[in-house]
Amino acid sequence: MSTETPLRRDGEVRNPNEVITRSLLRLVAVPGLDRPAALVTLDNGLDHTKPNSFGPGGLASLDDALDRAFAANPAFIAVTGKPYIFCVGADVTGMPLITTREQALEIGRLGHRVYARLKESTVPTFAFVNGAAMGGGLELALHCHYRSVSGGAAALALPEVSLGLVPGWGGTQLLPNLIGIVNAAQVIIQNPLMQNRMLRPKQARELGIFDELFEPADFLERSLEWAAGVVRGDVTVERPEVDRSEMWDAVVGFARQQLDEKLHGGAAPAAYRALDLLLLAKTADFATGTAAEDEALADLVVSEELRSGLYAFDLVQRRAKRPAGAPSTGLARDVTKVGIVGAGLMAAQLALLFVRRLQVPVVLTDLDQERVDKGLAHLTGEIDKLVGKGRLDIGTAAKLHGLVSGSVDKSGFADADFVVEAVFEDLAVKKQVWAELEKIVGPECVLATNTSSLSVTAMAADLEHPERVVGFHFFNPVAVLPLLEIVRGERTDDATLATAFAVGRKLKKSSVLVKDAPAFVVNRLLTRFLGEIFAAVDAGTPPAVADSAVDPLGLPMRPLALLHLVGPAVAYHVGGTLHAAFPQRFGVSENLKRIAGSGQPLIVDDEVNPAVASLLKLGDAPLTAEQVRDRALSALAQEIRLMLDEGVVAEAQDIDLCMILGAGWPFHLGGITPYLDRSGVAEKVTGKRFLPKGVASLPA
Amino acid sequence: MPREVRDVVFVDGVRTPFGKAGGVYANTRADDLVIRCIRELLRRNPQLPPERVDEVAIAATTQIGDQGLTIGRTAALLAGLPKSVPGYAIDRMCAGAMTAVTTVASGIAMGAYDVAIAGGVEHMGRHPMGEGVDPNPRILAERLVDPSALVMGATAENLHDRFPGITKERADAFGLASQQRTAKAYANGKLQPDLVPVAVRDPEAGWGLSTVDEAPRDTSMAKLATLKTPFRPHGRVTAGNAAGLNDGATASLLAAEEVARELGLPVAMRLVSFGFVGVEPEVMGVGPIPSTEKALRLAGLTIDDIGLFELNEAFAVQVLAFLDHFGIADDDPRVNPWGGAIAVGHPLASSGVRLMTQLARQFAEHPEVRYGLTAMCVGIGMGGTVIWENPLWEDGK
Repeated sequence: MSTETPLRRDGEVRNPNEVITRSLLRLVAVPGLDRPAALVTLDNGLDHTKPNSFGPGGLASLDDALDRAFAANPAFIAVTGKPYIFCVGADVTGMPLITTREQALEIGRLGHRVYARLKESTVPTFAFVNGAAMGGGLELALHCHYRSVSGGAAALALPEVSLGLVPGWGGTQLLPNLIGIVNAAQVIIQNPLMQNRMLRPKQARELGIFDELFEPADFLERSLEWAAGVVRGDVTVERPEVDRSEMWDAVVGFARQQLDEKLHGGAAPAAYRALDLLLLAKTADFATGTAAEDEALADLVVSEELRSGLYAFDLVQRRAKRPAGAPSTGLARDVTKVGIVGAGLMAAQLALLFVRRLQVPVVLTDLDQERVDKGLAHLTGEIDKLVGKGRLDIGTAAKLHGLVSGSVDKSGFADADFVVEAVFEDLAVKKQVWAELEKIVGPECVLATNTSSLSVTAMAADLEHPERVVGFHFFNPVAVLPLLEIVRGERTDDATLATAFAVGRKLKKSSVLVKDAPAFVVNRLLTRFLGEIFAAVDAGTPPAVADSAVDPLGLPMRPLALLHLVGPAVAYHVGGTLHAAFPQRFGVSENLKRIAGSGQPLIVDDEVNPAVASLLKLGDAPLTAEQVRDRALSALAQEIRLMLDEGVVAEAQDIDLCMILGAGWPFHLGGITPYLDRSGVAEKVTGKRFLPKGVASLPA
Repeated sequence: MPREVRDVVFVDGVRTPFGKAGGVYANTRADDLVIRCIRELLRRNPQLPPERVDEVAIAATTQIGDQGLTIGRTAALLAGLPKSVPGYAIDRMCAGAMTAVTTVASGIAMGAYDVAIAGGVEHMGRHPMGEGVDPNPRILAERLVDPSALVMGATAENLHDRFPGITKERADAFGLASQQRTAKAYANGKLQPDLVPVAVRDPEAGWGLSTVDEAPRDTSMAKLATLKTPFRPHGRVTAGNAAGLNDGATASLLAAEEVARELGLPVAMRLVSFGFVGVEPEVMGVGPIPSTEKALRLAGLTIDDIGLFELNEAFAVQVLAFLDHFGIADDDPRVNPWGGAIAVGHPLASSGVRLMTQLARQFAEHPEVRYGLTAMCVGIGMGGTVIWENPLWEDGK
């Protein structure tokens, strides 16, 4: 069989690097039918780690397979995937190559034209979704008259909005008319904005996306048998009526309101465009609806937000897995036992993470037995909770229970390979802990500090083996936030660093190598950013104005809500460290001091606590929201430039990765430097861009 | 403890279409073939709660790779049976599945099991005959066995030597008849109900569905006469009068008769007796003669009581030797009425259950027949025979 796929009239949007997913057509005799069925297998010839996707070449191959399928006059046409994978959508690697709106329009139209053949077919069409189906893959299935899904399909989603696109190959028109507007809005808008939540096969079946769910062991056999039954008329496929009342408009309106709370209008246009299309789907005929999809897609493909989104996607998918500057993995030492100094909440969280992921003995210590017992009780309680939620089986839980222990006596650390401390943020206290430990542990035992702002170099200074000290900075809540800043002190050696990266990988965290600089990356930038907000309040800007000034960025939360989450006391402490290091740029806000000192919650019922607000003393030089925003963004640009010049991280990409994974900053900003570039702030403040044009933006 | 032997019944049997080695199943795992059969058995018999299955015995001749790892247990797990259902692997070469049936049947008869699954699989494309074998050097040094005993085709030539009356022409005619009977059975829809379609993937061609046996072919005496005799120059055994190299799997459901009736499971055949006997390895094909004599003796029957025969056609000469011994004509309509292994193929350890499944269907069509027999020859010189009673037999006719 030829591996060449003829490219026809759509050749002009060809991507030379496209890994073409071929549509392999086979005419299959199915028991009970007097004519063969046309079975199309989507297969890019690679294993499941390189999933099927559709670029122009893939679509041409499908088009060609459909030509031949129709010519064979089959009993039905069915599309399925290679093992574990149906199709994960449009080929995003080809997207940066699209430079004009016309090219983008053509991609949309091409997909629509080819997929429509399955929808408009007079021969019954089926999708047998045997594995992962996302984006354009799921949209292909939606065009078929009937769909089955395998109980083993790992990922089912329309994630386009998370990247900065809309489902542009029919998804916004077909899905709401299949499963109703409420479910469709969840799949197309809500899930992508919730860390790109995927549907499980059972859920997807219950939502009505699929007509049947079959077990993976004989998925294809059962699907073919079912399809034959449908074609013969022995099996009737029933779908609930879709509610087309004014409820449709109400749901879209409500979703728009929710988006506004999150995105404040225009920060990320994709979700709004998707909502517009969902509303249109209520009344528009399919041709009108898909034409609107084409237009939306064309606008978005040549939008800066999408380019930032693609860049961010690549950072998270690839750079996070191969950290820049990490030493060779071969240098890493085995970690067969872990010690944790401190039995407080943070220490217990760390202990749970280490024992779950590493499954090696984990020993907790603290100053007195009561604290140790409390820490252990919390830890064992958390393990049991995981069992209760069905996230841990009882065998593993029993193993974990056996692996955790605690003692006031640190001699249990003698044979540990990795000790992490989570004690009070005070240099003298931490130095004392390490000095005491060094007498107990072996010379190669890695000493890792979870400090958020103290100097790793200073902490190691008086040790006999300072080369084994490394910063290991987690983000709260430890179980949720994926970032781990790994800090190389001046004397940290490669073996220690490699071990830290290896442990980070086993903990399933995304590690970024950071130089030993005050507050590292995320805390330094957030502190500088919040510092400008507070400076504005101190100067006399009403807190509500200052707080909403950066709304147009569409950050996950407003500054005061963030401060509330971090804790004003912690923020004040980190601020103090940074003020000591860089007094010209990091001021001390008297108002922040008052808030921290009050001990009262900053936010109550999503509003600034009036009791706290009354403590604030405002100056007489208020700023406008625009001025606040300009100062905050300028401060970020200045600080990032300084950090890059200081060599805090290898490249601007690492700054963005940190902000995405550690602070939840959005894809549409690309983290932050793409936004600072495209808004002109970078050039204005620092004289140049952070990234060349085309890397995270439209090409020059 | 006083105990009575319970009647054992064959409830149902299925098989995959048999493929040619290197053919339709070239990219399909052996265990997946037998898993597919087990799942289909459970699906066809929804009255059976899966947790009532007490044992899963699966045979394979080459128990390595995808036919290893205690295939009865792993196949049960992968088929979705509850983890509480045990399983094991079994091997008697060509009579593997037959031995799986007689072994679990024995357990049912003595009360250890109520319900059991027995089957077999052989993927001769992935596991060619003799893969990884390491014969003890004493076999040659002490002349325990003729060296030709390990090459099945050579044992068939030896059989022709012993029975000069069985000519190549007779063997070819038998082979042709097998093809013709199979073609007719297919045309009349007799074989299809046994078959479990299997999804098969080809990396270059995509997914397909295997629904019919791959091996049967259209032939003639003239064509058969031109085939090579690979086991001996100017010999008699050819690809036309022997079973080929095949991939396939079978599975059957057995139960105590009282349990089958309690659960509402169909009773297709009742086990009467079985016998396994060893013979000279270099003429292993004669095995079914003494094993049949033994099974008849144990049952208190004679050959005249047997109304239907399902004989495995490893080689035409070996079936003809059996027929000559018992005075049955080459074209007796009671023998392999729907053809046999020469046409559909013989994936070694799976074939025993195919014989039983087909006999069960013939019983259903022939209530006038009371007893039927399944028999096969086995490598290293053995024969196996199982005698079954037709529960539909109408007394007094």
